[in-house]
Amino acid sequence: MGGIMYIIIVGAGKVGYHLGRLLIDQGHEVMLIEENRSKVDLLSFEFHDAIMQGDGSMVEVLKEAGANRADVVVATTGNDEDNLVVCQVTKMMFLRPRTIARVNNPRNEELFTGLGVDASVSATKIINAMIQEQVKAGDMMIPLLTLKAGDVEIVEVELSRSSHIVKKKIKDLTLPPASIFIAVIRGEEVIIPYGETEFQPEDKVLALVKRTSEPALREML
Amino acid sequence: MRVMIVGCGRVGSVLANRLDEAGHQVVVLDRNQQAFRRLSEKFSGRRIVGNGLVEEYVRPTLQEEADILFAMTDKDNVNLMIVQRVKRHFQLGRVVAVVHDSILAGLYKELGVETVCPTDLVIKDLLQMITES
Repeated sequence: MGGIMYIIIVGAGKVGYHLGRLLIDQGHEVMLIEENRSKVDLLSFEFHDAIMQGDGSMVEVLKEAGANRADVVVATTGNDEDNLVVCQVTKMMFLRPRTIARVNNPRNEELFTGLGVDASVSATKIINAMIQEQVKAGDMMIPLLTLKAGDVEIVEVELSRSSHIVKKKIKDLTLPPASIFIAVIRGEEVIIPYGETEFQPEDKVLALVKRTSEPALREML
Repeated sequence: MRVMIVGCGRVGSVLANRLDEAGHQVVVLDRNQQAFRRLSEKFSGRRIVGNGLVEEYVRPTLQEEADILFAMTDKDNVNLMIVQRVKRHFQLGRVVAVVHDSILAGLYKELGVETVCPTDLVIKDLLQMITES
């Protein structure tokens, strides 16, 4: 669906607010529906006519928001039962909009799709997927160069937040035998490390290591 | 009959008491332990503290000892979600949601969800009083 869309967002919490902001900045027409009056008052300074007070699972409120001409209705509240009913009511009463629901409890995802919600988004699931990825990435040691027919390697490791050596100085570390740090890449900068060099998350560490010591070095990082 | 009642509020508690008195097997679930104070001292059914939207709290009862479920918390949307989930996961004779919003109650009826609307019942009574006077 290209071009400008009309998108109704139910729930002006953190997710709804930022989504609305983003869509408006992209040039779309947006209506935020929020039940809490003081939240509406606070946000109307910023959203003007693009926010209204009401219970988004009520047919009258959705009608007033113009659900019959909306392209998408997104339910972003923190309560799955509200998000489900918003989407179901939209599907039953207004033929046009696609419905998207935020799923707070990942176990509800299957239920939602089975009950006529077009798409559902679970932050917990997304974050979990990222953590899984991070765990894998943390394990990854990229061999850059092999010397002496594979006996000695130059490897690169990107430090995760959970790395043992983050916030530690080289002089305080005991390196595995036959290994040495040769460079630390921090953003655009390349640091030639010495005793006082302190590691930070996301540093890319280059090390020269004998193959026999590689597992020990991996463990340390 | 084996009846599960989710929501021990003003209506749920009285229904539970009546069914219990009449000899039915009743299980009442509420998130709030204090809600059970509404039950009569003679109430012999089971009380479960828990959230009707979380399957662990309803599964044991629904698998073993229920013919009917009434979802009657004070929130329409909670009731509607409970019954739709129960209908998908359990084979029960009857699953009923109490829905205060008259339009919502009608809409979900069309969707095949059995609903009871207290608002409609009160209005019906009041209108009858007017015609009788």
